[in-house]
Amino acid sequence: MAAKIGYDEVEVGTELPAGSFPLTRATLVRYAGASGDFNPIHWNEKFAKEVGLPDVIAHGMFTMAEAVRVVTDWVGDPGAVVEYGVRFTKPVVVPNDDKGALVEVSAKIGAKLDDNRVRVDLTATSAGQKVLGMSRAVVRLA
Amino acid sequence: MALDQSFVGRSYPPTEPYEVGREKIREFAEAVGDTNPAYTDPDAAKGLGHTDVIAPPTFVFAITFKAAGDVIADPQLGLDYSRVVHGDQKFAYSRPVRAGDRLTVTSTIEAIKSLAGNDIIDVRGEVHDEAGEHVVTAWTKLVARAAEGA
Repeated sequence: MAAKIGYDEVEVGTELPAGSFPLTRATLVRYAGASGDFNPIHWNEKFAKEVGLPDVIAHGMFTMAEAVRVVTDWVGDPGAVVEYGVRFTKPVVVPNDDKGALVEVSAKIGAKLDDNRVRVDLTATSAGQKVLGMSRAVVRLA
Repeated sequence: MALDQSFVGRSYPPTEPYEVGREKIREFAEAVGDTNPAYTDPDAAKGLGHTDVIAPPTFVFAITFKAAGDVIADPQLGLDYSRVVHGDQKFAYSRPVRAGDRLTVTSTIEAIKSLAGNDIIDVRGEVHDEAGEHVVTAWTKLVARAAEGA
């Protein structure tokens, strides 16, 4: 593995460059195709509302995929990620307008572990709501 | 109705191998807007020490979720799949998934709980390559929301 960041360069509390990820209905249709998750709550407004959602929502796995980009962009080698877990706390609501939605992700070093590994704690919000909880990645640094 | 606790600990046979293709990885990376060359350029991936392009960390979910879906669709389990939402997801990787991998998933039901009328089921999917080496474990928590009026 070829992480760009050295273990000795970081300490607990070191912040990673934040990320901001826009998405629209078109993004969700594309993700549905690539991931094979065609649940209509992710593209059909009528269906989403019938099952009690405010509108079409993003796939949780899409949000999870965006959040970890803050980690993989920082470390350089996505293969350096050894663990990654999240809790889906609130859906990302994606209105059918020009703007869509925005997922904003910040991250910092939560702990330094053995074997050059660090735990990165992630925060993901959309429309001012925290959309992921207990969002953590363990990454092996150089 | 509470789910049958006797399903806890039950494992299902390994799935048929899923062959990971370079173009499928590219499609997935483009769908999440991720331009990291390790996903699309074999030379860039080799420069990082990989033998071929690797997949983004969450890519494998498409494979493990399909396997978990076969488990929770077991009619004997009696889960109302139409009311299922994704609660938690976690991955632990021995190595990244890469193009050319032929992956099988062995799913096990780790826990079944009822909480405020919701059925909560934890499925662990162990992913191995063709040589039988462990690649990644995926833990998926699914919540079947209580039906209104139940």
